[in-house]
Amino acid sequence: MARRISFLLNGELVEMEVEDHWTLLHLLREELGLTGTKEGCGSGECGACTVLVDGMAVNSCLFLAADVDGKEVLTIEGLAAPDGTLHPLQRAFIENGAIQCGFCTPGMILSAKALLDENPNPTEEEIRHALAGNLCRCTGYLQIFRAVADAARRISQEPIEVFPRRTD
Amino acid sequence: MEELCVVGKPIPKLDAVDKATGRALYIHDIRIPGMLYGKILYSKYPHARIAHIDVSKAKKLPGVRAVLTAEDIPPFKFGFYKDNTPLKGGKVRSYRDEVAAVAAIDPDIAQEALDLIQVHYEALPAVFDPEEAMKEGAPLVHEENRSNILKLPWKMHFGDVEEARRKAKYVVEDRLRVTWVTHCCMATSGCIAMFDASKNLTVYSNTQIPSLAQRDYLEALEAMGLKGKRVRIIKACIGGAFGSKLDTYPYEYIAILLAHATGKPVRIVFDRKEEFVATSGRQPAIIDISQGCDENGRLLFRDVRMILDNGAYTSWGATTPSVMMMPISSLYRVPNVRYEAICVYTNNTYSQAMRGYGNPQATFAIESSMDRLAQEMGMDRVEFRLLNANGPGEVTSQGFRITTCGLKECIEEVRRRLDWGGPKEKGEGVGIACLIHVGGGARVYKSDGCGTIMKMDDFGKVDVFTGATDMGQGADTVIAQVVAEELGVRIEDVKVIHTDTDVCPWDVGAHASRTTFVACNSALGAARKIKERLLELASRQMGEPPEMLSIKDGEVFCKDDPEKRLEIGKILRKAHFSQGGQMLMADFFYDPANENLDKSFRGNLSMTYTFGAHGVRVKVDEETGKVKVLKYVAAHDVGRAINPLLLEGQVYGGALMGIGYALTEQLILEKGEVMNPNFRDYKILTAKDAVPIETYIVETMDKDGPFGAKGIGEPGCVPTAPAIANAIWDAVGVRLRELPMTPERVLAAIKEKRANSG
Repeated sequence: MARRISFLLNGELVEMEVEDHWTLLHLLREELGLTGTKEGCGSGECGACTVLVDGMAVNSCLFLAADVDGKEVLTIEGLAAPDGTLHPLQRAFIENGAIQCGFCTPGMILSAKALLDENPNPTEEEIRHALAGNLCRCTGYLQIFRAVADAARRISQEPIEVFPRRTD
Repeated sequence: MEELCVVGKPIPKLDAVDKATGRALYIHDIRIPGMLYGKILYSKYPHARIAHIDVSKAKKLPGVRAVLTAEDIPPFKFGFYKDNTPLKGGKVRSYRDEVAAVAAIDPDIAQEALDLIQVHYEALPAVFDPEEAMKEGAPLVHEENRSNILKLPWKMHFGDVEEARRKAKYVVEDRLRVTWVTHCCMATSGCIAMFDASKNLTVYSNTQIPSLAQRDYLEALEAMGLKGKRVRIIKACIGGAFGSKLDTYPYEYIAILLAHATGKPVRIVFDRKEEFVATSGRQPAIIDISQGCDENGRLLFRDVRMILDNGAYTSWGATTPSVMMMPISSLYRVPNVRYEAICVYTNNTYSQAMRGYGNPQATFAIESSMDRLAQEMGMDRVEFRLLNANGPGEVTSQGFRITTCGLKECIEEVRRRLDWGGPKEKGEGVGIACLIHVGGGARVYKSDGCGTIMKMDDFGKVDVFTGATDMGQGADTVIAQVVAEELGVRIEDVKVIHTDTDVCPWDVGAHASRTTFVACNSALGAARKIKERLLELASRQMGEPPEMLSIKDGEVFCKDDPEKRLEIGKILRKAHFSQGGQMLMADFFYDPANENLDKSFRGNLSMTYTFGAHGVRVKVDEETGKVKVLKYVAAHDVGRAINPLLLEGQVYGGALMGIGYALTEQLILEKGEVMNPNFRDYKILTAKDAVPIETYIVETMDKDGPFGAKGIGEPGCVPTAPAIANAIWDAVGVRLRELPMTPERVLAAIKEKRANSG
């Protein structure tokens, strides 16, 4: 069965019909063409499909598309500013060597964003805890931890405009 | 030494921005208009005769465009031993055997069609243990071979091991076991195959071997009656490889066959369960090792025998003994060595290359045995290793000519950082293990070459078309660095194109930690040609002899008079837009002067060898058997760090993968069936488990390496398991001889020790 939903996707209002059985991952990748969100396992074990729903990191492969009705969704495509300026987390991941094959990167960055939004100055233990659901096979995680800590420093030093903003 | 501007700098990976913004396209992200979705039906038995397959219902399902079984496809075999087929006819030999395949307009219909295919099997007796499979009367996996033992030549003997054994003062013997593990690339496998109107094939792929895959596919096309056609491979962004994509797999041929049958592009992308079940990992081995030394601790001999579970079909896993020979003959100075490996068919999944290509398995045995031997003669384990360590200028028994070698420095640094011999709390222990690996290519194939084509445009921007493959390790970036350095341009001015066999030259593949060494040397060869011509043009325009000119930051300047300078773009435009115009293009094919091993397996396999030592401090909980890594030091001789940032990433990633191999990872097969095909039950290490790894980089500046560099892709995961096993022994006095060293096994060993001593 289909239902009509409306939600804010990377700052833009979306109104559309969704099937009840669609996952948010399916909605993003297959219906809306936002392939930055990755499917690593399809069962909530690897975190590659992590997106933010009302600021909370969720595995979009387990999240029903219909449940984003009235909510705000942020994917990796919406993290940089509209003019292309990268988010401090993106810059920190790039500059700290936290990206190799890159398949875990979008989910990893969004999990880190959920952490920093809630806890702007996390300890390494808190970073590890926040990223525990995001698997990476290339990096050994250490440069990822450094990147998140580095991003926290950057954010505290240079307050930035947070995107997306609600348009109301 | 000349000051370098780009080489040696921690430059972020060139495609990192695309990856951090979701722009990078992996095979999963590519859609071709009209594309169909392919799915594969696998066997329900580990060994069975296929009595009958009924596909009639599947064919009638609306949206299905093709259903194929072995009956519908031409007979052809592929793989190292030519024992594999895309779809299995007659019988199945493992649970992952492909029995039928479907192409449909969407993935759900394809799945539904698979469910409608009825296969009647007649179960056959099966064999899962290689030692059982070697016995007379064991069920035969491939009847035509009349034996489950593969006819492979893995036998080497240098010196006289029996004589040395008699002379040895101290001798230790051990049997060790390693198990199935798998790559766990974060992106699953997949491809898209399509034909043009003339039946030329294009495959979107995530292969590590574009040039060899091209040849494999050409063979398939010939078998399909498509002779003289072209194959183009376009590489998507590769979401991890680690050796998993060094061969061509049945699913790729199935996609090609479905594309041919339907006339449409066909995509096959694995789900995670398929990735665990139907890709090929590192094989289990039973390893018997003995070593002996004289009264002073000098190694006299090493004798190793292995039985490897090949699984049901033969991929590169069966060739890993050729690489295991390297540490067995040449890790430490050992004059008499013998090695024999037997690869045995079973009804398990089949084995392939995985980071280290046999070296982690062999080094687990060698370095566990080294500790035992030091213990046997009562010598400090580090001193014992230093005494026997390799050095520069040495020629090993296998004929490896060691050029640069920083092994001793690595060992000493590990000793220092671990506070070896310092105080330890109860349950704490330290361990060390070393490694040798090929660092200057590896001539395992008739060519170890890599081609480069280079062009410079009117504005001094450089395009580098390389045969090399980037799969996340950073080949794109280091190639750009050496080119920018050689040409005196900014790294932003260099673009590396490595994704399309229509424009990129030949390369043997991303294996053997060879890409930095071979592909960068190739790129340097082309860059030198461009530079020479650029300086000639500049010489004419500036009125100075070429030898007096140099290039930096995109400008040619006079060495004597640096104020006299000309921007590269201006030089190039003037040369281009004059009568008899010229543009700069160059090509270079670099094939290192390394040697194929001869019939006795002797030869200088690599231009240079890389060395390292890993040290670990663990704490073992004697009540639970849990091993906690407190400190981890990874010291590596890398020749030169072209990019310290990416280099560290290779070491961290390799070491953590190695720690997983040591402690947690195992693909559990129960009568041939994978029991843990998911990340809940197959334990790769998570952010919570990550260990603070300290790296120590020794730069030995190898004369043949690009700017002195050696390869570093695999070494990080080679000595990890034995370093941890040796630390566990130091901590609680038990010797773990089987991987992974789970808490259950550690606890059982502790209990056994208590029972024996009580």
